[in-house]
Amino acid sequence: MKLTELLSEKRPAILNRWFDVILETYHADTSIFLKNQKDQFANPIGYTLKQGTEAILDALLSGADAEKAAPLLDGIIRIRAVQEGLPSSAIVFILLLKVVIREMLGESAHDRSVAGELVEFESRIDAVALRAFDSFMKCREKIYEIKTNETKNMTFRLLQKAQMISQPKESAETPAPESAEKKEMTNQKQKR
Amino acid sequence: MAKFTAKPNDLLKINYNPPQTDWMDTPVEIREHMYCHPSKKKDLDTVGFPNGRDWRVADEDWKLPANWEQTILEGMQALLKKYRSFSVFMDICVRCGACADKCHFFIGTGDPKNMPVLRAELLRSVYRGNFTLAGKILKKIAGARDLTVNVLKEWWYYFYQCTECRRCSVFCPYGIDQAEITMMGRELTNLLGLQIGWSGGPIAACYMKGNHLGLEPHTVKSCIDLFSEDIETITGIKIEPSFNRKGAEILFVTPSGDLFANPGTYTAMGYLMLFHELGLDYTWSTYASEGGNFGFFSTNEMAKRLNAKIYAEAKRLGVKWILGGECGHMWRVLHQYMDTWNGPADFLQEPVSPITGTKFENAKSTKMVHISEFTADLIKNGKLKLDKSRNDHLKVTYHDSCNPARGMGMLEEPRYVIKNVCKNFYEMPENTIREKTFCCGSGSGINASENMELRMRGGLPRANAVKFVHDKYGVNMLACVCAIDRATLSAANEYWVPEVGVTGVTELVANALVMKGEKERTLDIRLEPLPGKEGSEEVS
Amino acid sequence: MKTLFPLFAVITLIVLVVAGVQYANMQFLFGVIIPYLAVATFVAGLIYRVMKWASSPVPFRIPTTCGQELSLPWIKQDKLESPSGTLGVIGRMALEVLLFRSLFRNIKLDMREGPRIAYGSDKWLWLSGLAFHWSFLIILIRHFRLFAIQLPYPIHVIESLDSFLQIGVPMLYITDVVILAAVTYLFIRRITNPLVRYISLPADYFPLFLILAVAGSGVLMRYFTKVDVVGVKQLTMGLISFRPVVPQGIGIIFYIHLFLISVLFAYFPFSKLVHMAGVFLSPTRNMANNNRMVRHVNPWDYPVHVHTYEEYENDFREKMKSVGIPVEKE
Repeated sequence: MKLTELLSEKRPAILNRWFDVILETYHADTSIFLKNQKDQFANPIGYTLKQGTEAILDALLSGADAEKAAPLLDGIIRIRAVQEGLPSSAIVFILLLKVVIREMLGESAHDRSVAGELVEFESRIDAVALRAFDSFMKCREKIYEIKTNETKNMTFRLLQKAQMISQPKESAETPAPESAEKKEMTNQKQKR
Repeated sequence: MAKFTAKPNDLLKINYNPPQTDWMDTPVEIREHMYCHPSKKKDLDTVGFPNGRDWRVADEDWKLPANWEQTILEGMQALLKKYRSFSVFMDICVRCGACADKCHFFIGTGDPKNMPVLRAELLRSVYRGNFTLAGKILKKIAGARDLTVNVLKEWWYYFYQCTECRRCSVFCPYGIDQAEITMMGRELTNLLGLQIGWSGGPIAACYMKGNHLGLEPHTVKSCIDLFSEDIETITGIKIEPSFNRKGAEILFVTPSGDLFANPGTYTAMGYLMLFHELGLDYTWSTYASEGGNFGFFSTNEMAKRLNAKIYAEAKRLGVKWILGGECGHMWRVLHQYMDTWNGPADFLQEPVSPITGTKFENAKSTKMVHISEFTADLIKNGKLKLDKSRNDHLKVTYHDSCNPARGMGMLEEPRYVIKNVCKNFYEMPENTIREKTFCCGSGSGINASENMELRMRGGLPRANAVKFVHDKYGVNMLACVCAIDRATLSAANEYWVPEVGVTGVTELVANALVMKGEKERTLDIRLEPLPGKEGSEEVS
Repeated sequence: MKTLFPLFAVITLIVLVVAGVQYANMQFLFGVIIPYLAVATFVAGLIYRVMKWASSPVPFRIPTTCGQELSLPWIKQDKLESPSGTLGVIGRMALEVLLFRSLFRNIKLDMREGPRIAYGSDKWLWLSGLAFHWSFLIILIRHFRLFAIQLPYPIHVIESLDSFLQIGVPMLYITDVVILAAVTYLFIRRITNPLVRYISLPADYFPLFLILAVAGSGVLMRYFTKVDVVGVKQLTMGLISFRPVVPQGIGIIFYIHLFLISVLFAYFPFSKLVHMAGVFLSPTRNMANNNRMVRHVNPWDYPVHVHTYEEYENDFREKMKSVGIPVEKE
């Protein structure tokens, strides 16, 4: 329990440092905007980061397992999934917590009383990171699903009609812009 | 594990070098999923846009026509002579930064070049370098730069990352409107055939066939016939709307997206039900079957060419006035441009509601009335029988679409209508609504699928406010008066706040509307069971 | 670099005038010729600028509406934010020009730490902008005393209001303090706010330094390094009556002040400072939102090629007939 106590004591410092380290992964000017603009609506990204990291750390400190901590990640991952090209850069922020904690603990990380607990704590962070990867993939899948849904919605009546009339002649006269997607769409007619 | 020495940056080789350089020296990085594909040659050729060709954004060589620099600079000169707005906005910005963090794209992407002021500076720097004495002499010190291929690419990348929503203009002490500057930028890129496909396709379709989707007349009719069938299923009432009918009192024009795309189709069904119930003497047109105007997202001339159909059709059919459906940029165009382009509409009469006798004084020259103005007047005069309780399962918030809010000033009418057809209405935080409303992130012709990530980022500020009212009040439906919103906020919500659906205002009206001779309603307009009324009748 | 260059530019200007007056005895150049040239440049440049803008027409009526439009009679119109007539536009422009309405709008819903939502605001830019511009105007008006034989009453009123604190001898003008503070704040904001720093150009720092130097030299002259006031008045009266004289023995600080003012005047029409005139010509603010009531005419409108109904019907006649849509030609 010693580690939890130690970390709880340093909670504000850990959060600040963690937040800063995450911001370092952004554009210099962006990161200052994210950091300084406190308005929830004027700066949803910074706000979500702040709320999310707090929630995750608190969950970990209270001994929650990755299962419980993972949903707390959702907001941040959802943002990073449309921001970062690579999965690794999208989820690295969780692993950065390990670095921050080691930094904060300094030499005491090597104390016999702490070290064992620390390894356990870190493996829970790893578990959270794995969940984050799951979330990330879900978000990415969602994006593609949205793309498909949107095309589907966009041509909804057309599909309905095509189905009713179901003559190839009819679908040959369909709109110019999304003819490519449309072909793919007519394969998935069942939606209603 | 004993020694943990990794520095944060070692953990992941962050291949990002924050540009410590000046923005002018930071070359544009064109990122995938942030831009729309180029327009096809055939679409540009259809309407006679110059320099149509097939090119790819990712290619180094954009196959620019010879002498393109001269084309651009001459184009700029012409625009400066034609538009006082452009001429003034190029000179008077003091870079105070009031607009900097007001853009949804900046908030969502954090890309400094998405600050409205900087997006404008992309153009201003070239203006200074070529059209001002100080810029010609002092060059960079005066904030001037030369026109190069990279500058052109940067223009293209960022002018198609602006949705012309005008939010920045609200906060600017001089009213500098980035929408205006983006429009000029797009005029210029269009001189070189640098159009995006998502605009180019609909423009060509609209020009030839009357609407963006390219629906031919019989298809327009059959779409609406389908709605009528669904309406009969819901209400037991058979509706037989007319098309291209001469002598009708009113011509009804709405964005074609609503004939086709969910959930806009339900709004279109709402129009049909409302007009039927009123016994309105109106007609649809297959020729003027588009209220929206993607031409507006390319060049002024193209916008005028597409818009001409509305008055031409009203004249041909001999209607008295025109009623317009729910759409955002359509209303910017109708309110601020149509009369100037294609007026005077002296062949029409000043609009008077045949139901209430109300004169729409504010539309006496253009002779076109917004459906929300029309409906608000009906409700105020007690002409509609409404059963609010049918919308009781909805907790509604209202998203002001950019153009009706900042290019028209229509703020109260839709709210009045919603409050009269829904019990549960909650406003989003005050700096995200009305004239300060956030864009859906996909307006002005960039609602393609290849740039979905850009759209999601741009939609974040809006969705974030939606999430706030969802969390706080349990809001589960977002109402709007814009066809693009209906499509794109569906997508943005699906990603950011999946619990909240999207509806047009008239859909809510139709759901609450008690129609003469209707059967007991068990279905809502979406043909889904009405909560509280399920089971009383089996419907296929 | 973006800040250093303008800083050195201002320093160079000061060195120039000191060298010219102190060592080369070019009092006439700096006291008479340059001020005349500067005012001429200012007037001619400003007229040129405004004429240039005005020569471009306003093809469309494009007000940015920031309030409820004129609509149904029972819906309250926001007559200032969405004016439908000239009076409203004048009101809107007055709010904008005199009180910086749009900057004031910079209101925010603040989410401070914790769950409580508080309404805060970001009004510092508005406040400092307003303080700066108004002080500048009042100081400018105060200077008219130098060009009048007898002190006009309005200027007297302004002076006594400005010095109502009654501190010190000579009495402290509040605007002197305010302008220095406001310009300093604007400068600090420009270099510390990362977004604003990123967008700033040398042309943004130069006027700040210049105005700071103008105000600073003025303050020095009034409160610290005294100059020969009688000589100054002689010089200014000579300038205004076009019988220029250059009295001996006016302190160098006066020449610095005068030269920097001259530079500011001459620089004005060719820089972003023209926003003073430009704001009046901004179509998004100075037009009424009466678009659907009164037709706006575009002077360069020209006929365009359209796809006519006839062409359309020719393309689709059979299809139209097949579903019972009426056609013009059977």
